[in-house]
Amino acid sequence: MTALGDVKRQRIDELAARAGQLPAGEGGLSLTRSAFRRLRRDPVAITGAVIVLVFLFVAAFAPLLAPRDPVSQYLLSEIRPGLIPGAREGFPLGVDNLGRDLLSRLIYGARQSLLIGVVSTVLGLVVGMTLGVLAGAFGGWVDTVVMRFVDIILSIPGLLMAITISVLLGQNQYALMIAIAVVQVPVFARLLRGSMLAQRGSDYAVAAQALGVKKRRIVFGHVLPNSLSPVIVQATLSLATAIIEAAALSYLGLGDPDIARPEWGAMLANAQDFLSIRPALAVWPAMCIIVVALGFTLLGERLREALDPKFRR
Amino acid sequence: MVQTGSAAAGGLATPVLEVEDLAVTFARRGEQPTRAVDGVSFSVAPGETIGLVGESGCGKSVTSLAVMGLLPRRGVQVTGSVRLDGQELIGAPDRVLRSLRGADMGMVFQDPLSSLNPTVPIGTQVAEVLLEHREMTKAEARDEATRLLDRVGIPDPARRLKEYPHQLSGGMRQRALIAMSLACSPRLLIADEPTTALDVTIQAQILELLRELVVDSGTALVMITHDLGVVAGLCDRVHVMYAGKVIETADRHDLFARPRQPYTGGLLASVPRLDSGRGTPLTPIRGSAADAIPWAEGCAFAPRCDNAQDDCLTEVSGSTVPLEPDGPGRELRCRHPLEHPSAPAGASAFGTDAPGAAR
Repeated sequence: MTALGDVKRQRIDELAARAGQLPAGEGGLSLTRSAFRRLRRDPVAITGAVIVLVFLFVAAFAPLLAPRDPVSQYLLSEIRPGLIPGAREGFPLGVDNLGRDLLSRLIYGARQSLLIGVVSTVLGLVVGMTLGVLAGAFGGWVDTVVMRFVDIILSIPGLLMAITISVLLGQNQYALMIAIAVVQVPVFARLLRGSMLAQRGSDYAVAAQALGVKKRRIVFGHVLPNSLSPVIVQATLSLATAIIEAAALSYLGLGDPDIARPEWGAMLANAQDFLSIRPALAVWPAMCIIVVALGFTLLGERLREALDPKFRR
Repeated sequence: MVQTGSAAAGGLATPVLEVEDLAVTFARRGEQPTRAVDGVSFSVAPGETIGLVGESGCGKSVTSLAVMGLLPRRGVQVTGSVRLDGQELIGAPDRVLRSLRGADMGMVFQDPLSSLNPTVPIGTQVAEVLLEHREMTKAEARDEATRLLDRVGIPDPARRLKEYPHQLSGGMRQRALIAMSLACSPRLLIADEPTTALDVTIQAQILELLRELVVDSGTALVMITHDLGVVAGLCDRVHVMYAGKVIETADRHDLFARPRQPYTGGLLASVPRLDSGRGTPLTPIRGSAADAIPWAEGCAFAPRCDNAQDDCLTEVSGSTVPLEPDGPGRELRCRHPLEHPSAPAGASAFGTDAPGAAR
C-alpha cells in the first residue's frame, strides 16, 4: 500500500509552504498604526473625530460658510432697550445687541477659538516637552532644578496665573495664547519626565546601552518615542481645556479686543447683560464651546485607551 | 556539544576577559552598604564557555553588569580589575566603554520582549548597532541586518526587518537580540539567563545557536544561569557563586561527577532526574538565599549546610573561609567538602551517575 497518494502529498506540501508565510499586508504594524485601526472601529472615537473635523472645517472655510459679515450691523432700527430681534428670514439665529448676525459670528468665532486652543496647546506642549526631556534625560541636578521650577508654576492656580500673565502682557490675542500656554507647561513637563524616567530604567534602554548606543540616541531614539503616548493624549485633552480657558479669559474681559475677530468666550461675556432679554445670545456660543470640548475629550480619551496596551482587547 | 578539546585549546590562548578580585558594593546614604559581589575572579579564553551558576540574588547578574560597565555610577562602588584583551575597564571613561560595548563585548539579556524597544522595528534596532560601530551606510546596514537575522535562524529575514517586537515569537525575539549583540562579532559575549523566559524547545534551539557561534567564531562566552541543564550542555568551566563569592570552580565533567561544595551538591540534588525512579522525592536545599550570613563570619552557606561544623563559623570575626586549590583545575571554598571515595567519575554523592557524566 502506498502510504500517501501523490495528490495528498502535494496538498500537504502546499499547506506547509503556506503555513510559513504571513498574510499579505500584515508586516510591520506599529503601535500607533494598530491604535489607529482600533480607533477607526470605535464609535465613540469616531463621534469625537467627526465633531472635531466639522468644527475644523467650519473654521477653515468660515468666509464661505458665513451668510453675512460678522461685524456689519443690521436691523438697527428694531433694536431698542429691552428688545433684541430673534430669528427671522436671513438671520437664522437672530442678531446680537449691536445688530450683528449671530450665526456668522459663531462661524467666525470657531476660527478664533480653535486657533487659540491649538496655538496655546502647541506652545505649552513644546515648552513643556523641552523641560520634560531635559529633566528626564539628564536626571540629577538638572532634573531637580527643572522640576522645582515646574512645581512653582504648578503651585499657582491656573486661572489666576493666566489672568496675571495676560494683564502683564497687555490685551491682545498673543498674550491670551501665551497665558493659556504657560498654564499647560507644567502638566506636559511632569508627564513626559515621569514616563521618561520609567522608560529610562527599562530593559531595552539598558540593552541599547549594552550595545554601545550613544546616550543621545538612546534618549531620542528609544526612550522618548516610548514616553510620548500619554503626552499626545494629554494634548488632545488640553485642547479642550485651552478653549474653555480662552473663553473664561475673554469672559473676564482679558481676551482679544479686536472686534473684527469674534470669539466664543467674548460673545458669551457680552451676552450676560442681555440674558433676560435674549438668552440665545449666551446659549449658542456656550453650546459651541461645550460641543468642541466634548469632541476633543472623547477623541483624547479613546486615544489614550487605544495607545495603552492595558486597554487592548 | 562543546568538545573538551576546545576547552583545552582555550586554556592555552590568552584570555579575552580577565576578572580579578571584582567587588561591587551598593551604598545608600543612611543605609548599611550591601556587598553584592565580593572578590570574584575568573577568565575566559576565545572559544571557551564559562558558566556562572547560583541562586537568584547570588550576584551573577551584578557581576555581568559590572563587567559591561552598566551599573549606575551613583551609589555603586566597583573595585578590582576587569580586563578585556588586556585593557582595563574599571574606571575607564564612559566614551571608551561605549565604544567597546556592542563592538568588542556584547550582552544578551534575560527577557527578550522587554529588552527590545516596542516602538521600533527589529531591523532598525539591529541596524542601529551597525551604524554605531561599523561606519556603514543605511543601505549597507540593512543588508547586513538581513544577513545577521538569517544567521541566527530567523526565517524570511528581509520581511522580519520591518516588523515590531510584539509581532515576533519569544524565540525569534531572543534570536533578534542575539543578532544585535553579534552584529559586530564581539570577542566576548555575556548571556544573562538567555533562556529563562523561553519554553523548553526554544531553549534548546537558542543554546544550540549560542554554541555554534562560539565554535564558529571563537567568541568567548560567559553564560549566567541558574539552570544546571544549560551548564551541562554548554559550559566548559563552571563557577558556582553563593552570596557574592565564588565557592567552587571546576570543569563541567568534574563538577557534575564530583561536586565538592555541599551547596553545589545540593543544587545537583534539587534537579529532577528521569532516571531516579518514580516517587523519589527531590532533595531541596534548606532555607533560602536570604539566610546567608556575612562571609566575615566564616562561611555564608553554613546556616543551610548539612555538613556544617563548628569551625565553619569563625571565632574571630573577619576570617572568611578562603578559596583554595582543590586538585587539578579545581578551586573550592569549604572546610568540610563532600567526599567522593576513590572513583574518579561515575559515582557521585548520590549513588548514581551525575547528569554531566551521562552527556
